[in-house]
Amino acid sequence: MEVIKFGKLAALVVAFGVVVGCSSKGGDAAGTGAVDPNAGYGAGATTGADSGLSSEEAALRAITTFYFEFDSSDLKPEAMRALDVHAKDLKAQGNRVVLEGHTDERGTREYNMALGERRAAAVQRYLVLQGVSPAQLELVSYGEEKPAVVGSTEEAWAQNRRVELRK
Amino acid sequence: MNSLKYWLACAAMLLMAQVALAQEAIEITRGSDRATPIAVVPFGWQGASPLAEDMAQITANNLRNSGMFAPFARENMLSYPTRAEEIFPRDWKMLGVEYVLAGQVTATGSGYQLQYHLYSVPREQVILSRTVSGGQNQLRDIAHKLSDEVFEHITGIKGAFSTKLLYVAAERFSADNIRYTLQHSDYDGARAVTLLQSREPILSPSYAPDGQRIAYVSFESRRPEIYVHYVQTGRRERITSFEGLNGAPAWSPDGKRLAFVLSRDGNPEIYVMDLDSKQMRRVTNHYGIDTEPTWMDNNTLIFTSDRGGRPQIYKQNLNSGSTERLTFVGNYNANAKLSVDGRTMVMVHRQDGYRNFHIATQDLERGNLKVLTETSLDESPTVAPNGTMLIYATRQQGRGVLMLVSTNGRARSEIPTKFTDLRVPSWSPYLP
Repeated sequence: MEVIKFGKLAALVVAFGVVVGCSSKGGDAAGTGAVDPNAGYGAGATTGADSGLSSEEAALRAITTFYFEFDSSDLKPEAMRALDVHAKDLKAQGNRVVLEGHTDERGTREYNMALGERRAAAVQRYLVLQGVSPAQLELVSYGEEKPAVVGSTEEAWAQNRRVELRK
Repeated sequence: MNSLKYWLACAAMLLMAQVALAQEAIEITRGSDRATPIAVVPFGWQGASPLAEDMAQITANNLRNSGMFAPFARENMLSYPTRAEEIFPRDWKMLGVEYVLAGQVTATGSGYQLQYHLYSVPREQVILSRTVSGGQNQLRDIAHKLSDEVFEHITGIKGAFSTKLLYVAAERFSADNIRYTLQHSDYDGARAVTLLQSREPILSPSYAPDGQRIAYVSFESRRPEIYVHYVQTGRRERITSFEGLNGAPAWSPDGKRLAFVLSRDGNPEIYVMDLDSKQMRRVTNHYGIDTEPTWMDNNTLIFTSDRGGRPQIYKQNLNSGSTERLTFVGNYNANAKLSVDGRTMVMVHRQDGYRNFHIATQDLERGNLKVLTETSLDESPTVAPNGTMLIYATRQQGRGVLMLVSTNGRARSEIPTKFTDLRVPSWSPYLP
C-alpha cells in the first residue's frame, strides 16, 4: 500500500514539473543495493515550475513518511522538500506532531531503538532549523518493532527505515 | 522465483560455511558424536490411564539439549528395565551405551513419585538411586528435577533444566493491530503463561537474580517505559518514564540496581539506578549510541557503543570510569551477555564482508571468537545459568523463532510454541 501511495505521489509531483535532484545512495556498510521508496519522485521531469505551485505543495504536504539508507540517519533531499512544507504549516498553526523513528529488522533491537531515535532527531533538527519550536515536536522511536512491511527483503527493509510524522 | 531464492540462499550459506571453516578462529560443529551415550528407558507406570507427560522423553530431551549427552533411541533398546535389578550390562554394552537411567512412577495421595536409578555400564553398577515427587500437575517439574540431578551427578555441573524462560510473542492481525504478549514458560518452551498483554510493543524482558522480579520495556502508554514486575503476584512498578528512550534494563548481580538506557540528555546513554532509593547516575558520556548494558560484576558494565564508528562491545568500570573496547573482530558486535563464570561473552556478531548476523562467543581471557549459529538475522542471545546452553531469536520463513543451542555447538532445536512470532528470550537464574 505504501508503494502505491508513493507511486501516485510520484506521478503527481512529476506532473507539475518539479525539479528535484536524484539522490545518490549513501554508503551502506553491508553493500546492499537497497530499493529507495523515495526514488520515484526525483526522476524525470525537468521543465520549470510555472503554475500549480499550491498543488505541488499539497503533494509534498501529503508526504509524511521519510525514508533512510541502511544504518544512516541522513535526510534525503526529497524528504527535506516535504519537510519545508510541514515546517511552514507547523509555524503557521502551532500544533504538536509526533515524529516516529523506525528501522529495518537487521541488527539488535535496542541498538535499533537508538537508531530510530537518531532518525527522528534528524527530522526534528531539520524542522527546528526551519523555525519550528522544539516544543511542537515529540520524538518516539519504535526501532524495528513496528515494521510498515513484513518481510526480510531489500524492498521491505527500505520501506521500514523511516520516520513518520503523525498529527 | 521463491525456490530460486531458496537455492541461492542455500548456495550462499554453503559458501559462507566453507569460508568460515577455512578460518582458524571460527568453528561450526554439528552432530553428537562426542556426546556421552545414555539410555533413558521409558519409566514404569501401573496406572489405569497413561500419564499426561512422558517424563523419560522430557529427560532425554533435556540431556540432549545440553550438548553433552546423546540419548539412545528407545525403539532400539533391547530391554526396558524399570528397577535396578532389571538392568543387565550385556543389554547396553553391545549398544555402546555408557549410562542407563531407569525408573518407576507411582501415584501418591497428592500427586506422583518417581524412583529412579542411574546405572554405569562400564562399572556395571548403580551409581545413583533417588526419589523425586511432585503434585498432580508437576510431572514436568519431576522430569526436570530428575534431569538436573542426573546431569550434575555425571558432569559435575549444576543442572539448569528446572529454569524458566521469558519471551515476547507478537500476533499480527494487521499493520495497526498487533497483540504483544510477555510469555513465561519452562526453559524448553513448555507450559507458557501470559504475564502481560498489550497492543503496543513489549521489549527486553530480563530476569532478576532473585528469580522473583523481571524488568522489561513496555510501550503501553505509546512511549517506552521500564517496569519491574513480580512474576508470582503480578504486581508491577514503573521505574522510568523519561522523555526519549527508556530501554535495555539489566539487573546488577546483587539485584539491587538496574542499568538501562535513557536519551533524556540528547542521545542514548547508560544509567544505573539504585532500586530502593531510586537514585540514578549516568555512566556513559559520549555522543555516539551507548546501549545494551550488562553486568560483568557489581562494579563493571559491558555495553554496545558505536563510538568507534560501528557497534562494538566496551567494558566500563563504575568506580574509575575507565573504558576498554573488548571486540575487534567483525564489523558489528552487539547485545553481549556473559556466562556466569564471566569468562565467555556471547553476542550478536557480523563478520567483515558479510551481511548476516550470527551469535558468537568470545573467550574473554584469550580473545578467540567462535561463531555458534548458522541461521540468519540471529539476535538476543540469552545464556542458561550453568552456561551449557543458550537460546537466541532468529527468523525463519518470515516469522521470529527461538532456537536453543548448546554452547559446545553439538545440539540445536527450535523452541516449540503456539504463537507465530517470537522474540527477545531471557533465561531465568536458578530458581529456588
